[in-house]
Amino acid sequence: MTATADSHAGGEVGQARLRKEDARLIAGRTRWTDNMSLPGMMHMAILRSPLAHARINRIDASEARSMSGVEAVVTGADVADDQGSLPCAWPITEDMKSPNAPSLAVDEVNFAGEAVAVVVARSAAEAHDALEAIDVDYEDLPVVLDMSSAMTEGSDLVHPDLGTNASATWVFDSAEAGTGGSADEALAGAEVTIHRTFRQQRLIPAFMEPRSILVDPTGEQTTMWSATQVPHILRLMLAMTTGVDEHKIRVIAPDVGGGFGGKLQVTPEEVITFLVARKLGKPVKYTESRSESFTSAHHGRDQIQKLSLAADRNGTVTGLKVELLADMGAYLRLVTPGVPILGAFMFNAIYKIPAYHFSCTNVFTNKVPTDAYRGAGRPEATFAIERMMDELAAELGMDPLEVRERNWIKHDEFPYTTVSTLTYDSGNYEAATARARELFGYDALRAEQAERRRRGDTVQLGIGVSTFTEMCGLAPSRVLGALSYGAGGWEHGAVRMLPTGKVEVITGSSPHGQGHETAWSQIVADRLGVGFDDVEVLHGDTQSSHKGLDTYGSRSLTVGAMAVVQAADKVIAKARKIAAHMMECAEGDVEFSGGRFTVRGTDTSTSIQEIALAVFAAHDLPDGVEPSLDSEATFDPENFSFPHGTHLCATEVDTETGRVRLRSYVAVDDVGNVVNPMIVEGQVQGGLAQGIAQALFEEAVYDETGTLTSGTLADYLVPSAADLPSFTTDRTETPSTTNALGVKGVGEAGTIASTPAVVNSVVDAVRHMGVRDIEMPCTPMRVWRAIHGGAQ
Amino acid sequence: MIPAAFDYEAPNTIDEAVRALAEADDEVKILAGGQSLLPVLRMRLAAPAKLIDLGRIGELQGVRTDGDMLVIGAMTSHYDVQRDPLLNEHAKLLVMATDTVADPQVRHRGTFGGSLAHADPAGDLLAPALALDVEMVIAGPRGRRTVPAAEFFVDYFTTAVGEDELLCEIRVPKYTGWHAHYEKFNRVAQAWSIVGVAAAVRPDGHMIAEARVGLTNMASVPVRARGVEQALVGQEATPEAIRAAAEHALDGTSPTADGNADVAYREHLAKVLTSRAVSAAATS
Ligand SMILES: Cc1cc2nc3c(=O)[nH]c(=O)nc-3n(C[C@H](O)[C@H](O)[C@H](O)COP(=O)(O)OP(=O)(O)OC[C@H]3O[C@@H](n4cnc5c(N)ncnc54)[C@H](O)[C@@H]3O)c2cc1C
Repeated sequence: MTATADSHAGGEVGQARLRKEDARLIAGRTRWTDNMSLPGMMHMAILRSPLAHARINRIDASEARSMSGVEAVVTGADVADDQGSLPCAWPITEDMKSPNAPSLAVDEVNFAGEAVAVVVARSAAEAHDALEAIDVDYEDLPVVLDMSSAMTEGSDLVHPDLGTNASATWVFDSAEAGTGGSADEALAGAEVTIHRTFRQQRLIPAFMEPRSILVDPTGEQTTMWSATQVPHILRLMLAMTTGVDEHKIRVIAPDVGGGFGGKLQVTPEEVITFLVARKLGKPVKYTESRSESFTSAHHGRDQIQKLSLAADRNGTVTGLKVELLADMGAYLRLVTPGVPILGAFMFNAIYKIPAYHFSCTNVFTNKVPTDAYRGAGRPEATFAIERMMDELAAELGMDPLEVRERNWIKHDEFPYTTVSTLTYDSGNYEAATARARELFGYDALRAEQAERRRRGDTVQLGIGVSTFTEMCGLAPSRVLGALSYGAGGWEHGAVRMLPTGKVEVITGSSPHGQGHETAWSQIVADRLGVGFDDVEVLHGDTQSSHKGLDTYGSRSLTVGAMAVVQAADKVIAKARKIAAHMMECAEGDVEFSGGRFTVRGTDTSTSIQEIALAVFAAHDLPDGVEPSLDSEATFDPENFSFPHGTHLCATEVDTETGRVRLRSYVAVDDVGNVVNPMIVEGQVQGGLAQGIAQALFEEAVYDETGTLTSGTLADYLVPSAADLPSFTTDRTETPSTTNALGVKGVGEAGTIASTPAVVNSVVDAVRHMGVRDIEMPCTPMRVWRAIHGGAQ
Repeated sequence: MIPAAFDYEAPNTIDEAVRALAEADDEVKILAGGQSLLPVLRMRLAAPAKLIDLGRIGELQGVRTDGDMLVIGAMTSHYDVQRDPLLNEHAKLLVMATDTVADPQVRHRGTFGGSLAHADPAGDLLAPALALDVEMVIAGPRGRRTVPAAEFFVDYFTTAVGEDELLCEIRVPKYTGWHAHYEKFNRVAQAWSIVGVAAAVRPDGHMIAEARVGLTNMASVPVRARGVEQALVGQEATPEAIRAAAEHALDGTSPTADGNADVAYREHLAKVLTSRAVSAAATS
């Protein structure tokens, strides 16, 4: 056995490395859950409620049970004793109301799409055939769909046993917290006040790979493969929900095709498949259809936001009051109630707002539960404040960039503690804005806009601004504790040197498209001085990565990679001790660089690979040193990190038809130090598409019976490349001071920043025609109506 | 999603297909490109006992000339229509409308005949076919018959093709030297029309000598905008004249409302898009 020669040139971090995982992910020749099959495996199909609110009087499955290939039909009554209640990990207030949440409905359904019964059969086709033979006798109950009317006295109730449709009200007030003045007083005494109500429409995460689950109950452990973002949380919650011992459960998230928060969940489908497979003692697989995904996987956004802003005549903001209604849907899922609370800290955004009041009431309706969706709370907040800043500028006749500059935190004022109690690590809003302005050709576009207005052109030009920040790196555990969240925010990592000098990295964060394998390899290659291809990154299996808190909230790099860095540093520290012993010098005289340990001032050196082999042989180790070069670390961040950026969007609005065309889009993001610029670029571009989709295209629509009418991809309009312009992207780099890598997180930035940039731009295009707001998505009909009057 | 079980037959000739249709006693459906039918089966909105796949019938493929007419086989794919030299020369409007259908994958599978037989009022090929006065050749147990486009489209998803018949050819008069444009209005690139306008004009110097205009999704069937056509004939192609003619766009329409457009907005769009389609055709 020979150790690999040290081939490492260093400088991996910062390179636009092609992603290791892409060949298999793009070709689909990989372990997607639905690609897997086990001996004797059964297929499960789910019967879902067509009604939004009904009592289940009786389920007759006798015919289905007798059909060809059918192994079992299971109803809620059959699992009532085992299924427990689906977990909600975030009781935001002590008196929060939360209904019992069965995986399989027992005597009542509360949204159209809720699981009512399952068929297990030898083939998926037979399972689907048998679904049609199940007869459910439903008794209609009154349907509650609109949040505002749900909150009126005497409204019908989603859950009559709770006595109200309000789940909880959460309040923050800067005067009470001692971080600022009273927003009400600021408003009362203001020279200028702006009042607006915005609607955050309901969105569907629309991840590419449908949810899929395979459960094998035949071993000592029950193994679940699931297309999930959160294998570790899932294992824990399966144990807590079903009462099966944690050490008897193994969860694997194999390659997962996207999530956007939509797979940050412990789903009814997972619990049902788990229980049914265990009941039958056979492997069972369930894969949802797109239609099922749309009517049962959690939705996102859905808030009504009432804002009041106080300012003086020169554009300085003096206070902000925010009152939200947030639609929970029918049940509280994993972090449903906390999503609007994540936004509570971001309404003040990059601005020095001296007085702030926030309140949010969470409301039940007979719709699919909402929960995290890319940005979770922060896009809502950013949208609202960035729209308000544009409205303030219009009211005062000022340039929207000038109003922002008057209020934002200057780069030499960091770290800066905001009115909502967060401490921003670093930032340079001036630099990002200057760069964006230049790339955009801001002044020339403003001149063209004026010219088109003067000419009365049928196509009007609008310019939209969004200077945003967000909090990434969920999260310091003590902060989560203060917010009553049920878990911490640390992450786990491990590094193992193999005898041949190759490296296995284990990470507790769980990629579903982000490119962890590539980025972690770059980081570890530099840290240990080994080759990029000599690093293998393992993830998403509770057996190999026994501990973790998974991937969401732009936390993987800022928290997850930091754990890996700390583990790598422990390996180096131990290797240094061994190197000193091998080279017969004092530990303090050993320098480490580029994978080599050198005795200071000499040319005596040894490589980390040679040490790995020596450790394996263990023939001559220092006294008391264990023969291993493995280490583990758990990183709990001290603080969040706060990426920011300036996005500028130019739209052309056809005033005859209301059609909006994106003409140009400039995104200058500051995500701190960059590990792989190509991955960052991919996150930004995809994020922009998703945020623009909210502004212009996507909306989950329910009719008055509570049926989702945008239930297919023909009705729920996810834009494609053909609908989007070529984005101009650039970066400024202001390192984070929160972590040793200086990284800030980029997973949600594009989505958070782009929605207000686009809507501001559309409103700007037609403001001179008397338009002050257009509801999202800005469809051609809505834009046309806004211009030409009449009810929207 | 998985369709309910069905029998499947793939005849090799039109005659065999007609016989298979006649022999089937249960509900039978013709399968062309499957781009509309398969989603319906997979969502279990229909569960025919048998599918008769026209994919192997060579006679139904391709475009040829027959005297003054072009003949398009019903199973000619959208992709082949887009690239066919005869259609590009003599019936450009059909090509331009086909360019706007769906995405490349769908255009490789979906067929010209399937689109017409499916008769979705939001489908983009119906209005051009109507505007160009094409004729449909239908084969059945009593032989072949020819139905003009004006009588072919009966209602939503309903045509003159009987249960025991199939659409086999579409005969298109040659519009050599005509200028055409299909103006489609939708929200994302791959979507069906909210409103579409098909226009073809025969120019004579600065004048419009003849015009053909058809509207997509303004009624349960495609609508021929004869009022617009008449107003255009003999006019100079000025923006004013075209806009005035487009005021007649609503004659004979009965639009409905959906999430993308209510009736008033749809009517407004029909006029604006008619004006744009005619202008683009006249100035192309
Ligand atoms: C994602 C997507 C986007 C689309 N976008 C558009 C669009 O923008 N514009 C547009 O116009 N269309 C669009 N379509 C529809 C597409 O053009 C279809 O190809 C077309 O509507 C049907 O053609 P087909 O050959 O696939 O027919 P099939 O789906 O096979 O059949 C459709 C119906 O017609 C009947 N039929 C088919 N051929 C015959 C025949 N020869 N004789 C008698 N009956 C017959 C079938 O029995 C069936 O009822 C889209 C489809 C998809 C999947």
